[in-house]
Amino acid sequence: MSVALSSEDRAFLAGDHGAAEKMAMRILVDMAKVYGATELLDITSAHIDGCLFHGDSGLEFAQRLVNGGGRVRVRSTLNVGALDLLHADSFNGPPELADRARRLMQAYEAMGCEPIWTCAPYQASHRPGLGEQVAWAESNAIAFVNSVLGARSNRYGDFIDICAALTGRVPACGLHLERNRRARVVYDLSRLSENLLANPVLAPVLGYHVGADCRTTVPVLDGLPADTDEDFLKALGAAAASSGAVALFHAVGVTPEAPTLAAALHDLPPERVVKVELEHLRRTRDVLSTADDETPLAAIALGSPHFSYEEFARLLPLVERWPPAASVEFVICTNRVALALIENSGWAATLREVGIRVVVDTCVVVTPILRAMDGALMTNSGKFAHYTPGNTGLAVVFGSLVECVRSAALGRVWRDPDLWREPGGES
Amino acid sequence: MLDEPLSLWGGLEPLTGEIIDRRHPQSGEFVTGRIVVLPVGRGSSSASSVLLEAVRLGTAPAAILLAELDPILALGATVARELYDRAPPIAILAPADYSALDTRDLVELTAAGALTVRARPETTP
Repeated sequence: MSVALSSEDRAFLAGDHGAAEKMAMRILVDMAKVYGATELLDITSAHIDGCLFHGDSGLEFAQRLVNGGGRVRVRSTLNVGALDLLHADSFNGPPELADRARRLMQAYEAMGCEPIWTCAPYQASHRPGLGEQVAWAESNAIAFVNSVLGARSNRYGDFIDICAALTGRVPACGLHLERNRRARVVYDLSRLSENLLANPVLAPVLGYHVGADCRTTVPVLDGLPADTDEDFLKALGAAAASSGAVALFHAVGVTPEAPTLAAALHDLPPERVVKVELEHLRRTRDVLSTADDETPLAAIALGSPHFSYEEFARLLPLVERWPPAASVEFVICTNRVALALIENSGWAATLREVGIRVVVDTCVVVTPILRAMDGALMTNSGKFAHYTPGNTGLAVVFGSLVECVRSAALGRVWRDPDLWREPGGES
Repeated sequence: MLDEPLSLWGGLEPLTGEIIDRRHPQSGEFVTGRIVVLPVGRGSSSASSVLLEAVRLGTAPAAILLAELDPILALGATVARELYDRAPPIAILAPADYSALDTRDLVELTAAGALTVRARPETTP
């Protein structure tokens, strides 16, 4: 299968724009063949994941590009790194690892990428518009930029993200094309109570459930309230992108490409219609925990994706009422934008006073920050729940934000008996 | 053979080649030097990094057989070829061939990408 190249594409391959860009274009053309794309198209922005240290090979790749004079041609923001650059003492791993991680982060900056260090760039001033072609990495950000902003990105990741940014080109395929953005599976939420549909705890559970079920096909959720907010959609997309490979979901009356169900379906019949029952969601909720509620509680971690200012606003009154016990490590991951806002509002000081640690630029799951070595980590994040056991060695307990805060205060897992109750019935 | 999709990021440890996704049916098994058969990858786009690192450390699978296209794994292999001149071949099997595969099968993959499945020892040709 041959890829039709523009004269600019050929100029890149000939090395006219430098050695780094030449390798970048070679990789893009290879990938175009893998995808079955017949041509490339222009992008207007990138969000780049390659700055997170996974091993020396990633650093070698970045250094090859820097040495080859690579400079990005479109606005390119950076995802989390392995270090909280503002709080040097928060890193709990070996110094050689910290050094390599820092050099990797610096290499991407050297190529012109913006060091915002967040997995929620869309809440840190990077918000492409409806229909914009972009190359975004980081599974939750891909889901958000496609679903909530209506921009168009495939599931980019390490290596191809910087190749796209260096050339401003990507294979014309997948979600860049209108016809591939059609919803094929409908999730009918009409059997769920209004209370549950408005409760933030539903977002990661529903997202995890939908992702595991539809995997790579595009789902449409029918029945979310019209005022469903971005943090809810953020958590839903992050969970769906963890349990499945969801890069785009539609929500009727909520997301921009789904003003109606028919619009989301491109006026075609769905392949499947799934009626979501409370019982299914309870089962998914249970999958999110790998330890039972009697497991000693070692830590609470919030902020995957990075906590927004609004999420801090919800949290503050809760921790003022129920401050964490000293025996429980309590960490919140966020970005510098939210941190600046909460420093300004005095909330950061309040959190410090009650012993809560706010970490920026990184995340407890990608890098050693937690001091806890055994016991359970409790979280309200579906994404944290999915990755914690493999990446930290801790067991994980999933709960709502209120359950997390009250558990931290008690020093053991606390459950709200009404949270998942059948309306008018047993829980 | 992996019964479920696997995210290599958070799911595979490149230092050892072990499957570390504790919710995965094949958790605790090792992929190094083996032909890994899986439906597709899932989750994090950083899976290509993990595959690249496994190639660098010598813990990568000998080959990867998929039921559907996984561009993230293909990318890891493409970059491995650019940096290290070697990578596990990745092939996509037709549905009938994929479901017919068994862990007892002997599978041969040539450098040109031709895949031959030999009959299982206990069946008659």
